[in-house]
Amino acid sequence: MASIAMNKPGATVLLMGNEAVARGAIEAGIGVAAAYPGSPSSEVLTTIAGVAKQMKIHAEWSVNEKVAMEVAGGASFAGIRSFCAMKQNGANVAADFLVNANMTGVGDAGMVVFISDDPGGMTSNNEEDSRTITKWLDNPLLEPSSAQEAKEMIKWAYEVSEAVNLVTFVRGVTRISYTKSNVMLGELPEKKEKKAFFPDLWDMYNPKKSKFTSGPFPIFHKPLHEKLEKAREIFERSTFNQYMGPEHPELLIITCGACTSYCTEAVDELKAGERVGILKLGTTWPLPEKLVAKHLSTTKTVLFVEEIDPFVERNVMELAASLLPATCDLTFYGKRSGHLAPYNEQSTNLVIDALVDILGTTYQARDLTYDEEAKKAIQIVPDRPINMCAGCPHRATFWAVKKALQLDGRKGFVCGDIGCYAMGFTAPGFFQSRTMHAMGSGAGVANGLGNLRQFGFDQPVIAMTGDSTFYHAVLPALVNGVYNNSSFILLILDNSATAMTGFQPHPGTGLLATGDPAKVVDMEAVCRAMGADVRVCDPFDLEDTTKALLSMIKKDGGTRVIIMRHMCQLVKARRKITNKYRMHVDKERCLGDTCGCDNLCTRILGCPGLMVDREISKAAIDEALCVGCGLCADICPSSAIIREEAI
Amino acid sequence: MSRRRLRKEPFNLIISGVGGQGNVLLSAFVGAALLNEGFMVSVADTFGVSQRGGSVTSHIKISKKTLYSSVTLDGKADVILGMEPVETLRALGEFGNPHVVVIVNPRPIYPSGGATYPDLDKVKRAITKLSSKTKFVNATEEALKMGNPIYTNIILLGSLVGANVLPITKETMMPILKERFPGKLLEENIKAFGKGMELIAKA
Ligand code: SF4
Ligand code: SF4
Repeated sequence: MASIAMNKPGATVLLMGNEAVARGAIEAGIGVAAAYPGSPSSEVLTTIAGVAKQMKIHAEWSVNEKVAMEVAGGASFAGIRSFCAMKQNGANVAADFLVNANMTGVGDAGMVVFISDDPGGMTSNNEEDSRTITKWLDNPLLEPSSAQEAKEMIKWAYEVSEAVNLVTFVRGVTRISYTKSNVMLGELPEKKEKKAFFPDLWDMYNPKKSKFTSGPFPIFHKPLHEKLEKAREIFERSTFNQYMGPEHPELLIITCGACTSYCTEAVDELKAGERVGILKLGTTWPLPEKLVAKHLSTTKTVLFVEEIDPFVERNVMELAASLLPATCDLTFYGKRSGHLAPYNEQSTNLVIDALVDILGTTYQARDLTYDEEAKKAIQIVPDRPINMCAGCPHRATFWAVKKALQLDGRKGFVCGDIGCYAMGFTAPGFFQSRTMHAMGSGAGVANGLGNLRQFGFDQPVIAMTGDSTFYHAVLPALVNGVYNNSSFILLILDNSATAMTGFQPHPGTGLLATGDPAKVVDMEAVCRAMGADVRVCDPFDLEDTTKALLSMIKKDGGTRVIIMRHMCQLVKARRKITNKYRMHVDKERCLGDTCGCDNLCTRILGCPGLMVDREISKAAIDEALCVGCGLCADICPSSAIIREEAI
Repeated sequence: MSRRRLRKEPFNLIISGVGGQGNVLLSAFVGAALLNEGFMVSVADTFGVSQRGGSVTSHIKISKKTLYSSVTLDGKADVILGMEPVETLRALGEFGNPHVVVIVNPRPIYPSGGATYPDLDKVKRAITKLSSKTKFVNATEEALKMGNPIYTNIILLGSLVGANVLPITKETMMPILKERFPGKLLEENIKAFGKGMELIAKA
């Protein structure tokens, strides 16, 4: 986006929260940015990388979040402001480095990490609250309530980080990351040439001098807590904490982040502005205790509104306990009282419901007769399960896997992983995946299953990984498999991009985050060098692929690798690469409902490009959706789906 | 601040469709046009896995005075642009009210895995019944006539602007299309946009 590098302070542009975060980091004068793609945070680094050369920033897609965090750490240690972005799970991966980085601090140049959580799991397979990690790590934490505030907070976070010599976190959520709204730009930093230099002070018993070695820890742990107290003092005065409402509210809402606007909207809708006050916290860890205590003393009733865990809720209640007996007649509402839930996304409507109950008012969203009619009318609306795209190579891979495992007949199964192919445990993957956990866990779990022979286990195990995931976390599992002679097949679905999160490049693509050429880390050569038996297939050569799979399965013993190589259909579309076929259904040959295949193509293969022509009860191609990959022609038992070479 | 009038504060537009239909592009265009007209806008799209063929909704909240939260309150849509019929009905179920205006592309996208799609006429009748004004725009059909279903969303954009339900005009939209589409693509997209305006005038 062009406006990201625009030097027009005061201009208002439409930015997605993630873009505003990127702009904030640029305005803060960062020199290094590193990330691993993970929705809802992915666009932050994409945005920085887009202007990196112009802004003299080193921006990289690191292989995983821990490395990204270390890359940023290295830069800060050498006096260059650094930045990292990740999704909630990324914080787990990076935490081990951080625990230790908190012992040493980051040096003179600040380091800020933006973590975007995913309430409701819209882009994730969990809805972990990363704030708890921040708390156990002992880092300062900020929570923006809008894209504009996200930009300002990122900038300010550098001041905090440098004032207390700790990595500072800014927590977003999906709605902050992905909402586009008006953002007023600030000034870009003057381009000063800054020299990176690693300080050569060293005195292992002096935490001020022994800068970047995290031992001996007793020396560092006490100062860490002093740093947090210092952060608390700074937070007490922060203008990111705001109160709106009467001096002595009947009900005090304590909220933060995206929930702030839900609260103001709910109070507006209920016209309860004279009864309810809203304390919006922008600095949520460590808690600005004096500020919160002051507001607790103005009311008798408190409602907490926040995304996912009752984080602020618990911390404030702990504070209230320490203030007893002054706080003894306070009543607390929130997740603990059941007025809101510690799961799924919050919304204005959920806050309205909570307020209606607490304040004893009423609310009617729309005309009641209309409401009844609408509820009745939508009973005919079918579910719309997610699916792989028309022309997706994973569909072909899963078909071949299913076929090969059936032919083998020993109840083999797939250990799945994270990416578009995570759909493998649902209909689009023909229910072949039976495990799914963290990045790289498919291969890890397969390692365990593959060494159960002495317990009578002989089911074939196929671990699946995407290409990006392969570099992220599968490499150690593969080494482990070869070394410990675990019996499983690793399928690497090499579709030339990190498709799920927006097609970012990775070490196998030959491209850098900035679009410049990179050395290709050849996955085939890597696997061979590790000592695995390796084959490469194109899943759209369905028959050959199925045969190759079956022969690998039959080999039993040792860690075997098949690389399924075919470009993601959406990457093809972006690069204007068209498939070669034009498809149609021979209505005479298609047996429709009477087909012994039980609508194999539309019901089982399930490509969005296939549909049933209801008038004649036969299969048809939806020309608006079919991309001509040709796969369905290979699976129709009646050879009714015809592919013609279009180009 | 905008000189244009806003009929309600905030004014809520919803774009509903199926992942892959391009609603993110549409909502970004509309958002940018509104910002250029001096409004405060929040645009929230469905991202993530639903983009893979699931049901997706974009919320656009327009205001003259403040930035609202991004998601529409239940029952508070002012305009729904439906890119697909059952998705339009789904949105009405959640956000509809007796005043809502609906513009809808009546071309179904069938859910995968053999789930049955309800009778289309029944769906259209339900949509009409639940809105104060309903306009059907055969956008997919026209796009296929133009040689590529990809134009469906720009045709719908033309219809949305042509319907005069939002405080934006063709003149606000043009520079945005120009910025987004290079060279020959621009020509085709302007054609698609014009087609959409034409269709809504007749609808
Ligand atoms: S984005 Fe690519 S990999 Fe993901 S489902 Fe679509 S075609 Fe398959
Ligand atoms: S050729 Fe068949 S499988 Fe491939 S996209 Fe078209 S309908 Fe789907």
